[in-house]
Amino acid sequence: MNTQSNGMPGLPLGAPAAPPASLSPATLFYWSVRRELWEYRSIYLAPLAISGAILLAFPFVLFHHLPHIMRTLSSLDPSQQHDALAQPYDVAAGLIMAAAFIVSVFYSVDCLYGERRDRSILFWKSLPVSDLTTVLAKASIPLFVLPMLAFVLAVVTQAIMLMLSSVVLLANGQSVATLWTQLQLPQTLLMLLYHLVTAHMLWYAPFYAWLLLVSAWARRAPFLWAVMPPLAIGVFEKIAFHHSYLADVLGNRFSGGDDAMTAMMGDMPFHPGMHVSPGAFLAAPGLWAGLAVAAGLLFGAARLRRYRSPI
Amino acid sequence: MSVIEARGLRKAFGSTIALDGVDLRVDEGRILGLVGPNGAGKSTALNAILGLTPHEGELRVLGRNPWSERDQLMREVCFVADIAVLPRWIKVSQALDYFAGVHPRFDRAKAEAFLARTSIRQASKVRELSKGMVVQLHLALVMAVDARLLVLDEPTLGLDILYRKQFYDSLLTDYFDHRRTILVTTHQVEDIQHVLTDLMFIHRGRIVLNCTMDDFEERYLEVTVSPAQLDAARVLKPVRERQVLGRSVMLFDCKLNPATKQRLAALGDARSPGIADVFVALMDDRADTTQGATV
Repeated sequence: MNTQSNGMPGLPLGAPAAPPASLSPATLFYWSVRRELWEYRSIYLAPLAISGAILLAFPFVLFHHLPHIMRTLSSLDPSQQHDALAQPYDVAAGLIMAAAFIVSVFYSVDCLYGERRDRSILFWKSLPVSDLTTVLAKASIPLFVLPMLAFVLAVVTQAIMLMLSSVVLLANGQSVATLWTQLQLPQTLLMLLYHLVTAHMLWYAPFYAWLLLVSAWARRAPFLWAVMPPLAIGVFEKIAFHHSYLADVLGNRFSGGDDAMTAMMGDMPFHPGMHVSPGAFLAAPGLWAGLAVAAGLLFGAARLRRYRSPI
Repeated sequence: MSVIEARGLRKAFGSTIALDGVDLRVDEGRILGLVGPNGAGKSTALNAILGLTPHEGELRVLGRNPWSERDQLMREVCFVADIAVLPRWIKVSQALDYFAGVHPRFDRAKAEAFLARTSIRQASKVRELSKGMVVQLHLALVMAVDARLLVLDEPTLGLDILYRKQFYDSLLTDYFDHRRTILVTTHQVEDIQHVLTDLMFIHRGRIVLNCTMDDFEERYLEVTVSPAQLDAARVLKPVRERQVLGRSVMLFDCKLNPATKQRLAALGDARSPGIADVFVALMDDRADTTQGATV
């Protein structure tokens, strides 16, 4: 331990008080998001680890199957050709998205609960960042950061997979033309992006907002509080009234509603020729009702945080 | 200009009244010590001032309502509290980045200069630092903010005497000037006796003493009374009498009887008492009266 010397040159002692400076809301929001990435490193480490695992496993798939698939390809019709070639790419994108989704759920349940549990909430509240900015920064992780990260990782992973496939094919003396044309990677990636934006960002928004609200509210076991009350109400409704209105609403929300809705959001596996209708998606009342509910829940979480102290 | 102004500040938790109509005014350039037993309402008062808890009554801090304008207020108010712990996962460099990012009045070079005088490395995480180092880090961050009000709630709890002395030394030499205001609560009152300009005792949600330290030293006198003078001394109505090594030590409140002061010198060794001695005397006094009231 060093002893502190008396006196410090360059301290503005006696200087007139500066007028209260302020920073733009965007700056405060940016640093609030960065702070989340410092604390929850799994936000990027978990999807990265999945990508890494896929790329490590992919060469085994290549050596065992690709030359064989290429030889039998000519006997299939074009649509089947695409499916046969694209399968590993779809699986890779699906796994990365699943990782991002799981991280999103665990992050959302923990973030506003964790800062109370580790008693750092009052430290954060000692800084000039509003509760609403904090909650919106936390909400942006499952609603924006993770879907976008999943997309970027899927692009990079699939690009590397394509390179590896091409090398294997060339080494076997086979042509890469069929692979490149049949795979239609740009189109399927565009579909993936559309799916992430519509389903993960917009359609699931009330679901993440609910998790954040419970995270701000619960004194213990936020995960149980997030899951059990809807489950209990659903069971009660079923037994007492013999219908399952709540279960239907929640089920629709998770599965993306009816088939029409699923088609509008773009569904796995992605087919280059798949027809999506963004206009119909944007016109769906369910989308806007869900976003309104999400906004209300996030506002509620910000209000709750204002009253919250360490647990 | 008043930095904190409260009128009829009241806060109840269920049937427990934590603050019972507190009137308070703290002017710029003061160092006020808020002293009280556990559960007296100190933390509740500080939480209200910092916008961490809703309250009844009127309260303005730097002209703002702390509960509805906490984020704007925190541009000019800093606090170090035993309860506001730094997150254990954060790196020292990240804490500096974050303060520089969100605090418009943070001077990063100044914080780094403070840290350079400690053994804290910027690559360390808070979890790797000792308790004393965490307080040093927090103080370095807070002292680098050009704030107008600094609130310290038990800032040195659990620290050894060296760290405690350093803490208040650097606060006075490197931070305090007459346009800043410091509000501090602690149970280690002997540490702050010579730091304060103003003193406030709070008990059961009410303020029982509110004076400047000059007035305090003027008003209270402790006398080690010679055995022969005991009766003469008791006539002057000490507020408290205790035995130290077989001798009677009496505490006098000269405000009760202005003539007392001259006569006390003749009774034995007179000196200015510690805050703790007066505090104990006043709290005993209160306990007696409330007991009397309930019987």
